[in-house]
Amino acid sequence: MMDALIFTAQDFNVLKPAIILCLFGCAILLTDVFIVRRTGQRWLNGVTALIGEGLLAVVLVQHLAQVRAGGAFSGLGGSVVVDGFGVFFNIVFAMSASLAVLMTARYMEAEGEHRGEYYALMLFAQAGMSLMATGNDLVVLFVALETMALSFYVLVGFLRNSKRSNEAAIKYLILGAFSSGLLAYGLSILYGISGSTNLAAVGDAVAASGADNWAVVLALITTSVGLFFKISAVPFHMWAPDVYEGAPTPTTAYVSVASKAASFALMIRLFTEAYGSASASWVPLLGMIALITMTVGNLAAITQSNLKRLLAYSSVAHAGYILLGLVAFNEAGLRGISIYVLAYVFMNFGAFALVTALRRDGKAAEEVDDLNGLAGRSPGHAILVAIFMLSLAGIPPMAGFYGKYYIFLAILAEGYYLLAVFAALYVAVSAYYYFRIIRACWIGEAADTPASLDLNLGSRVVLVGSGVLTVLIGVLPQRFLDLAGESVLAALR
Amino acid sequence: MSEHILSIIWLTPLVGMLVVMSLPKESKDLIRYVANAFAVLGVLVTIPLIRSFDSSNGDFQFVERHDWIPALGAQYYLGVDGFGYLMILLTVVVGWLSILCSWASIQKRVKEYYAFFLFLQAGMLGVFMVLDVFLFYVFWEIMLVPMYFIIGIWGGGRRLYAAIKFFLYTLAGSVLMLLAMLTVYFRHYEQFGFYSFALEDLMRVAAYSSPELQFWLFWGFFIAFAVKVPMFPFHTWLPDAHTEAPTAGSVILAGILLKMGLYGLVRFAMPMFPQGATNDTTVKLIAVLSIVGIIYGALVSLMQKDWKRLVAYSSVSHLGFCTLGLIALNPNGIAGAILQGFNHGLSTPLLFLAVGIVYDQRHTREIADYGGLANRMPVYTVLFAISLFASMGMPGLNGFIGEFTILRGAFEVSAWWAGFGVLGIVLGAAYLLWLFQRVMLGPITNPKNETVKDVNLREIVVMAPLIIGCFWIGLYPKHCFEILEPPTIKLVERLDPDYFSRNGLELNGDRALLGALPAAEPAASE
Repeated sequence: MMDALIFTAQDFNVLKPAIILCLFGCAILLTDVFIVRRTGQRWLNGVTALIGEGLLAVVLVQHLAQVRAGGAFSGLGGSVVVDGFGVFFNIVFAMSASLAVLMTARYMEAEGEHRGEYYALMLFAQAGMSLMATGNDLVVLFVALETMALSFYVLVGFLRNSKRSNEAAIKYLILGAFSSGLLAYGLSILYGISGSTNLAAVGDAVAASGADNWAVVLALITTSVGLFFKISAVPFHMWAPDVYEGAPTPTTAYVSVASKAASFALMIRLFTEAYGSASASWVPLLGMIALITMTVGNLAAITQSNLKRLLAYSSVAHAGYILLGLVAFNEAGLRGISIYVLAYVFMNFGAFALVTALRRDGKAAEEVDDLNGLAGRSPGHAILVAIFMLSLAGIPPMAGFYGKYYIFLAILAEGYYLLAVFAALYVAVSAYYYFRIIRACWIGEAADTPASLDLNLGSRVVLVGSGVLTVLIGVLPQRFLDLAGESVLAALR
Repeated sequence: MSEHILSIIWLTPLVGMLVVMSLPKESKDLIRYVANAFAVLGVLVTIPLIRSFDSSNGDFQFVERHDWIPALGAQYYLGVDGFGYLMILLTVVVGWLSILCSWASIQKRVKEYYAFFLFLQAGMLGVFMVLDVFLFYVFWEIMLVPMYFIIGIWGGGRRLYAAIKFFLYTLAGSVLMLLAMLTVYFRHYEQFGFYSFALEDLMRVAAYSSPELQFWLFWGFFIAFAVKVPMFPFHTWLPDAHTEAPTAGSVILAGILLKMGLYGLVRFAMPMFPQGATNDTTVKLIAVLSIVGIIYGALVSLMQKDWKRLVAYSSVSHLGFCTLGLIALNPNGIAGAILQGFNHGLSTPLLFLAVGIVYDQRHTREIADYGGLANRMPVYTVLFAISLFASMGMPGLNGFIGEFTILRGAFEVSAWWAGFGVLGIVLGAAYLLWLFQRVMLGPITNPKNETVKDVNLREIVVMAPLIIGCFWIGLYPKHCFEILEPPTIKLVERLDPDYFSRNGLELNGDRALLGALPAAEPAASE
């Protein structure tokens, strides 16, 4: 065991993404105090963060090339593994974080809270996510999850003078801590069963003790519930609307996309590697939860008048769809999750970028009605909104369609026809509320003092870039589908 | 050139949309000219198609095939046979006329209007030429979006309700179709080991799937198409959408969009799942629903106080005929159904255009507000009467040929079916003639009608091509039947391989079936 304690080049290689993110996070904290605050050029923090993301991108491309050439590799005694799955999700996190950074500056300035810590916390959260996707060890996974979650508690409450933001942070903290507790409890039982924290060893022990062993069932239930909180699956979703509404909008976008994707990554790896042999006992459970999640998310979204709340419930519904991919538990299902998450980055960030820019009397405006008459004032943005909403609804040829496509294919291949029919009909339900937003932009009559759009370079890049990618993935999806195919875990290929 | 002709046809309006989008929104007349130019161009680019289309060939022609998404087995795969050919001709003509008829009636947000309309035109043309089921779904869905806006922005008082209702009904139907599509696609993969969405590949799956599975898959497709047709009881979106849409929107809805349901059935649902279509339950259920649609649509039309709504409900009745013909599953029924769909695409737009002409002057759709228009609008009266007779099934006009052929096909199956069909025709004559009497004849009772102006040249130009089409099919339907015959024979053979030998019809060479299809010479067949 001695060599495991020596930090090798391989260990360094697998940890590079997390190391880069932590270093740049610390760098932002330092430069913020010593340079940025003295010069007053606050946008420099964003630039530093983006440089970090650029460096990370280089590493991820290297990792992808290494995986393609020689297969997956691991470091730190097998507790962190770099495979197609991990790299893919890291790409998703890097894109989310970059988009979130780009849309932050103008919004936080308007709210009077534009500070360096915000960017640093985003990078720290991302470091956690990175290890959630690549961790192969119960302890690594849990610590990574907590790193992400703690950063988010602060990010959500970053508007110190806003009651709603503070309320959201407290709610998130308490429920998050509770769910983490449950998760830790479940993980400790797994350790008890197997005597090891390595996922492969845990998987063997679970397989050996059988799926109906009470300890396995207890571990399964507690870890599931803990993770259901994180992905906001019903009935553990109550925090989501309040947190999404109260948090600064760039954080909302970041939480709804990246933190959810990271939790799904952890969940997929845990369920595949550790519980894979017991799939017969968790598939019905997840199927039920997915169905309830789609139902509640879609129906609750219909009546929302606040854009952020509406998108929050829609994101609950999307979690239900993504969960179906795991219910199918086959190659198409996992590929579906990957492409779904990738598309979700662009369509959701696009939608939130617009909400971020919406202003009334200099304050952030967040009602659906604030969009009224947008098509008359700035038709280009109205077209972008239509693209994002159509994609969220899963109308081809937009990126969002392919996620639903694969997930439907996956559950049909397993013979879950009734579940597929419900999931498909909820697409029509969801179209109703997405079209409320389109309707406001295109058909709604503008108010006497219409809300204005406050865009800087960063938010323009987010809007246009997301729009272009949403259409591009939709029309020419081949490369993206291939990439998603590479991300499928070896166990299910 | 000729191998890309189909791509050129559907891309022309799309290019038109991009050009319109690049124009400044203040120069409304420029936008109108450009949009109309592209609509005319859209008609002109079909000339090579008309010149080289071989109506004796039952295979797909002008085939264009490229890989699109190899990971899914989806291809850019276009081709037409007789069914698609007729629908494409109908689409370019009716699309052009709707763009022309909007000239004066659309005054707000002109640029967006024409952009959406050209986009819609491209989507509709795509639907009628794709042979890849995946690409079909893409066109089928994306086309809903511009239609939503056309109803929602330029429609009447309850336009928002009508627009979203139209969208959601159609979407709910089509997601079920998506599931059926994916199921057959997956079966194909299991059976043959590669992914493909090409129609002929998926058609081969039928031989390996149980009748029960085919039944469910057929219904998955059927519901999507039944919503679009629309078949009773899936029709409730139609009166709202047709009534609230602007004139051009109603024209396109009635003329083209409803035909997509019929086309989808003969192109995809029936050939892909022959045992699902010929299943006893399916036949009985669809026949009953069609008959209910025919009678119910006619009775409801009889009760309407709103002129446009009356025309809208008449579509339910007329399309009931078409589905009845299809489910007769014999050559007369199927060819008649597609022909009647084509006819309906000529005559119902005429009726909507007629409503639009007086609506633009009087801004009311209430039948009671009119009366005695014939005194002030003689030319209009003649045009309206022709449209009415075409829709009613007057011999010498197109409706007669279609209805007659369908009834022959239906009679072959059951005298009851034909009997109810005849009842539907009688009721149709009743509501249409009564409408004519109420709005056109008698003295002018409402002083506001004293000042109405007769049709102008542009309005005559809009109506003329459709009226010529009505007479052309009514007097000389042979050409249409020649076009419809090969694909019809192919479809019947697919559904019921023994049909021709059972009925003593020889299939030798390309023109052996004239005896089975009545209308080679309508006079001779009577």
